[in-house]
Amino acid sequence: MGDIKIIKEKCVGCKLCVSQCPFGAISVVEKKAYIMETCTLCGVCVESCKFMAIEFQRDFAENDDAIYYEGIWVYAEHKNDHIANVTLELLGEARQLAKQLGTKVSAILLGNNVGHIAQEIIFYGADNVYVVDDPSLSDFNDESYATIATNLINKYRPEIVLVGATTYGRSLAPRISSRLHTGLTADCTKLEIDKEKRLLLQTRPAFGGNLMATIICPNHKPQMATIRPRVMKAMEPDHTRVGKIIHPAVDIPLVVLTKVLHTVNNLTEMVNLMEAEIIVSAGRGMSDPKNLKLVKELADILGAAVGASRAVVDAGWMEYSHQVGQTGKTVGPKIYFACGISGAVQHLAGMSSSDIIIAINKNPDAPIFKIATFGIVGDVLEILPILTQEFKQRLG
Amino acid sequence: MDIIVCVKQVPGTNEVKMNQETNTIIREGVEAIINPFDTYAVEEGLRIRDKIGGKVTVISMGIPKVSDLLKDTIALGVDDAILLSDRAFAGADSLATAYTLSMGIKKIHDYDLIICGKQATDGDTAQVGPSLAEKLEIPHTTYVRKIEEIKEGMIRCQRLTDDGYEVIEMPLPAVITVVKEINEPRLPSIKGMMKAKKVNVKVWNAQDIHADENMIGLKGSATWVVKTFIPEHNINSEIIDGRPEEQVKTLVDKLLSMQFFVSK
Repeated sequence: MGDIKIIKEKCVGCKLCVSQCPFGAISVVEKKAYIMETCTLCGVCVESCKFMAIEFQRDFAENDDAIYYEGIWVYAEHKNDHIANVTLELLGEARQLAKQLGTKVSAILLGNNVGHIAQEIIFYGADNVYVVDDPSLSDFNDESYATIATNLINKYRPEIVLVGATTYGRSLAPRISSRLHTGLTADCTKLEIDKEKRLLLQTRPAFGGNLMATIICPNHKPQMATIRPRVMKAMEPDHTRVGKIIHPAVDIPLVVLTKVLHTVNNLTEMVNLMEAEIIVSAGRGMSDPKNLKLVKELADILGAAVGASRAVVDAGWMEYSHQVGQTGKTVGPKIYFACGISGAVQHLAGMSSSDIIIAINKNPDAPIFKIATFGIVGDVLEILPILTQEFKQRLG
Repeated sequence: MDIIVCVKQVPGTNEVKMNQETNTIIREGVEAIINPFDTYAVEEGLRIRDKIGGKVTVISMGIPKVSDLLKDTIALGVDDAILLSDRAFAGADSLATAYTLSMGIKKIHDYDLIICGKQATDGDTAQVGPSLAEKLEIPHTTYVRKIEEIKEGMIRCQRLTDDGYEVIEMPLPAVITVVKEINEPRLPSIKGMMKAKKVNVKVWNAQDIHADENMIGLKGSATWVVKTFIPEHNINSEIIDGRPEEQVKTLVDKLLSMQFFVSK
């Protein structure tokens, strides 16, 4: 078992590690650092030390089995006959990783009458598509989907399995990894390959985006990760690409305890926040629920989704499904308009990975301006109608 | 009905500030709180018990100090609190955590419904709930925003999806993870606080729950953190000055020049 040790000869008592420890588990006594019992072995301190005085030893197991695992798999998510954008992004990313590993990209597609989607998956970068088509699979179901996916993974033994970090993906993937007893890294924003060790380096935000961590799964296979939507790049579809569509012999679970009774898509007035290219979000600065129409009008012109800060949702002005931030949704659009949002750290955690952030707020000291690409200090109620009008004219 | 609520201690995030010079996180007097999502899980457990009767037990894995936080849940009305604490649990990833909790829950023995928050605010993985359900070999539903009906042996609930919600029915025992929308947590009562003072939180170690030493803590963790770093935030902020009309025109000029918009 590994442990964190302070190498006393190297420690100079600079306290850098003390300020970095998320758990307040390091103290410095007489210019030497000590690890206290509150330590959770998260390893953050190791990187923080400029003097290489913190050692975190872990052993790579001899794993002869590893060589029997090969290939990269993408779980193909779809709904209402459409393949999820995040799946296309994962196929693009998987191609890049496969090139470095010298291996193939396969997708697993579970559903009912999904054959035509399989072809599309090949155009977007898959070499093989494993299709399990059955009437019982028409709705996403954690139980049956997990059982079939696990059986296929055991049969074909991919070394990497990638799943979109959507509502379904983040529910399904841990069920599968737990049954396979392997590692799973949640909500990754970057993937790289360590060619020598043939490892997937998985980077993800933690502590509400205040810290990035790179994670590996060295002793178990497959290496599994869920990937945040809108971070990876999909390939342009190549309609001449040839791939294999395989219908593997697999048992369809006969007894499924979880029953999806019905599905309600009630988000008609706005686009899905997770997949939106542009989001216009309202904060407390909108002053009154009747002013929210200014936000909706701008969103309409831009084809954008409507988001909200926690304050707006807590006040009952908008539904929870619109909430962006640590206790709501994490989004990463191309453009994020923060209208009358001051930018509490919890809100920033949910949107700081947006490509371009535009902040409109009357308080020049609002924290949102610190991460905004463009800031307008002014009355949001005055600015918004002018902005909507300007876009209306310029976009035709 | 026997309800078990899983809670986690996390660092209070309000104190997170960046030191611009050294690019490090300043955490003054790291305050420990119950993971905010878990407070909704506790509340939902209490509401179900108050409505149909039964018992609510909270369980957590953590350092000995976590028992103070578990006492806070007693003050809210929770019947029993159990802390899984052992140096051997340290360094657990979501897989080892789920295994450890599952062994603790097996020792509790009687359970109909297990409620977790949708994710913890420090790790943000959202993986322990589903992984725990798998270890107990029972069904689960994530992101539950409403329980439509619960009775002996059955739960029907609404799961929030990316574009709406689904109505899902499961037999009990089962695991649900809940979102903030599900309820508004209560405040502790005076009576509850008096009771919390007297209650001793049960502490179980690895032996108590018959945990396999290869499945817990660092040793039982399949994932390893190999590097951590502070993300680069956008520091090239540009404040656009002028009268409102000028500000808007400048902004739109800049955005259009980036060619994000295609004229329709």
